[in-house]
Amino acid sequence: MRNATEEPGRDVVVSLKGVHKKFGQTEVLRGVDMEISKGEVVAIIGKSGSGKSTALRCIDLLESINSGTITVCGHKVHSPDVDLRALRLDIGIVFQSYNLFPHLTIEENVMLAPTAVKKIPKKEARELAHRVLGQVGLMEKAGQYPDQLSGGQQQRVAIARSLAMEPKVMLFDEVTSALDPQLTGEVLRVIEDLATKGMTMIMVTHEMNFARRVADTIVFMNEGKVWETGSASILNDPRTPELREFLQNEL
Amino acid sequence: MGQSFAVGYLLFLGKGALWTAGLSSIALLCGGILALVVALCRISPQKWVRLVMALYIQLIQGTPVLVLMFLMYFGLPSLGWSVSPLLAASVSLSLYVSAYLGESWRAAIQAVPRAQWEAAECLALSRTQRMTKVILPQAVRIATPPTVGFMVQIIKNTSLASVVGFIELVRAGQIVNNTIFQPFLIYLLIAMLYFSMCYPLSIFSRKLEAKAGEKSYA
Repeated sequence: MRNATEEPGRDVVVSLKGVHKKFGQTEVLRGVDMEISKGEVVAIIGKSGSGKSTALRCIDLLESINSGTITVCGHKVHSPDVDLRALRLDIGIVFQSYNLFPHLTIEENVMLAPTAVKKIPKKEARELAHRVLGQVGLMEKAGQYPDQLSGGQQQRVAIARSLAMEPKVMLFDEVTSALDPQLTGEVLRVIEDLATKGMTMIMVTHEMNFARRVADTIVFMNEGKVWETGSASILNDPRTPELREFLQNEL
Repeated sequence: MGQSFAVGYLLFLGKGALWTAGLSSIALLCGGILALVVALCRISPQKWVRLVMALYIQLIQGTPVLVLMFLMYFGLPSLGWSVSPLLAASVSLSLYVSAYLGESWRAAIQAVPRAQWEAAECLALSRTQRMTKVILPQAVRIATPPTVGFMVQIIKNTSLASVVGFIELVRAGQIVNNTIFQPFLIYLLIAMLYFSMCYPLSIFSRKLEAKAGEKSYA
């Protein structure tokens, strides 16, 4: 999110320029600009309705934008002839509601995309699944079904399922909002672990302490715009009254 | 009525019952394949495909199966195609099944949460893969109890084939009755035979529904 002139050699992975998005008559995004470099961890915060989840969904083309440009790993997301498959291979996304496939075991959930999309042989895919499940600490659950797991465990499986596709960017859409406080910690630890390993991540979150600790950059969205952005220090010393008010309400 | 005659009549009714089962199977199999096409067309991204299929469903659902059978059996020969009773009955029942099961299966597919489709999409699965590996397996579990329940309707509706001269259970009963004039006995027997085919299915359907209510995949 730093200014391009400061670091000329840096590697921009995700870039949004003048992004507008309307749902019917409601303008949810009113000119969003962001740049995310390789290995950067960005936390998007803001009130509900500020457009933060929509911005994230636009990056993965779950919503199409009305104007502006979005570029992810060289894919022109705003272009009508963007290669969707290639885009989705580069982006992993984890949702608030986990969205595991209930008819498949944990292991099969993780193996599905590597075998179906990348045509990796079953045996290798299983080893891959066990590796990523180990990474989120759930190897012993491989043979169980999603509804036998707690919410926190399901969310960790969802992260593992994304990781198995080896994405270049990970998006997290309020991944702990559906969880009890005691289950939130185990999911956040997994994300923090990913951050230290250098994964490029954009997360929409309500966990201010987590954002402060893990994020390189905080983006405060308000009324469909990037209202204020900077390092975690803006959480201690907000420049705009809107961010100050938001932070007061969050605590 | 001699003993040997009675056995002969019973065998004849049994054969009719077998044809009832056979015709039901044909209607379910052919109609089921068509129903899958109907259901997939009803959720097609192409608007005109959805509209054409909606029209087809309205047409079939708005027409009595009996009229469909008459159209096939009496209507087509007048245009120069001769049609056997089995073919007329099979085709009209299959069309009937395709429209009803097609709509019921479409509903089952749409009952799978939208988020499942999205999650599969974000893992780069193609549209076909999303359908076959994520959505349909879940839709099948949703659709199975009502489909088994609908099989009871098919079995009972095959009796309509008697009017185009197809010798299934009812027609067999009419023929036997024309010889021995014991309508109460014969139709009671026929009712029992239908019941013995339908009741197990109803029970099975109810069990499946109860199981689906538990909502567990484990």
